[in-house]
Amino acid sequence: MKTQLNSQLNNVELASAITMPTPTHLDGLRSRLIAEADDDGLLDIAYRTVDSPFGPLLVAATAQGVVRVAFEREGHDNVLHDLAGSVSPRILRSGRRTDDAARQLDEYFAGRRRRFDIDVDLQLVHGFRREVIAHLADIGYGSTASYAAVARAVGNPAAVRAVGSACAHNPVPLVLPCHRVVRSDGSLGQYLGGAETKAALLAMEAAA
Amino acid sequence: MQPFEEVVAEHGEVVMRVCRALLRPADADDAWSETFLSALRAYPDLRPDSNIRGWLVTIAHRKALDVIRRTSRVDPVADVPERTPGRADPELPDDDLRAAIAALPTKQRAAVVLHYLGDLQYADVGAALDTSAAAARRSAADGIANLRTTYLSKLPAKEGPR
Repeated sequence: MKTQLNSQLNNVELASAITMPTPTHLDGLRSRLIAEADDDGLLDIAYRTVDSPFGPLLVAATAQGVVRVAFEREGHDNVLHDLAGSVSPRILRSGRRTDDAARQLDEYFAGRRRRFDIDVDLQLVHGFRREVIAHLADIGYGSTASYAAVARAVGNPAAVRAVGSACAHNPVPLVLPCHRVVRSDGSLGQYLGGAETKAALLAMEAAA
Repeated sequence: MQPFEEVVAEHGEVVMRVCRALLRPADADDAWSETFLSALRAYPDLRPDSNIRGWLVTIAHRKALDVIRRTSRVDPVADVPERTPGRADPELPDDDLRAAIAALPTKQRAAVVLHYLGDLQYADVGAALDTSAAAARRSAADGIANLRTTYLSKLPAKEGPR
């Protein structure tokens, strides 16, 4: 029995002898960490998920603005890992910075908002793609533009395919409405959130 | 590199265990927060193949010792709840273990906390304590032997006849 008693004081025994805080208590500590990180300028990216008729959306923001909106089919974990590599790994789940974006997305899905009024950080896109994505804000609610028309609008009429590629890499779908860019023949084309989501968004905007 | 959110989710508990082994719960909260804030600051510069748990546990141990130094020159658990009635904690039974750990000689205490509670390999314990893996193993073994005579002797009878 003595060896049994002795063997009980191993790492498992010793570790389990220490009472751990409740999940609520740990949540409180996480909140405190996020607040202190923000105060110290260490919260490079704050993110949350927002419910939508098309499944949960990831909304991530830097101090400059919303840097990424992602549909579930993109894999939110993958998107966060990509952000860790391309922007910064100092990423914490927090509603800070994304309150306005979350509220405006809610209003948009409820048919009560036609235009997003939030700061956007386009650091994930460069060059021609960035020009295309910045131009998307000019395509109004309920209307569409063809890939060719967008190519002309950004001064490069031959770059129709590149416009399609830029839309496919839009880091902030919905906020900058790449779903309003369609094919010249009237068919809808691809969408980050799925072709059926694109159709549903355009139908929703047409009905509002 | 992992988003820091995942680092907190995966290692928040082990860091807390290390902090609570050395500090009362309210002080452990401070050490936990300081550990993760300091880790967050340094995180982008961490080598991608680093042992993240080992890195955090080492920081937590250091932060906990900082708190001990800062809060008092006396034993951090010697005179427990009466002095801070507002912070009385339901987890007071831990005080027996904390007192036993606090009473260990410095090297033994560090080795026990880092290896048995922080789950670090002896090589990493040695690195954290500026000594060899073999010396770290000896310190941890001595520490455990000490705890057997202090803390374990206080455990209730359900642990078996002794």
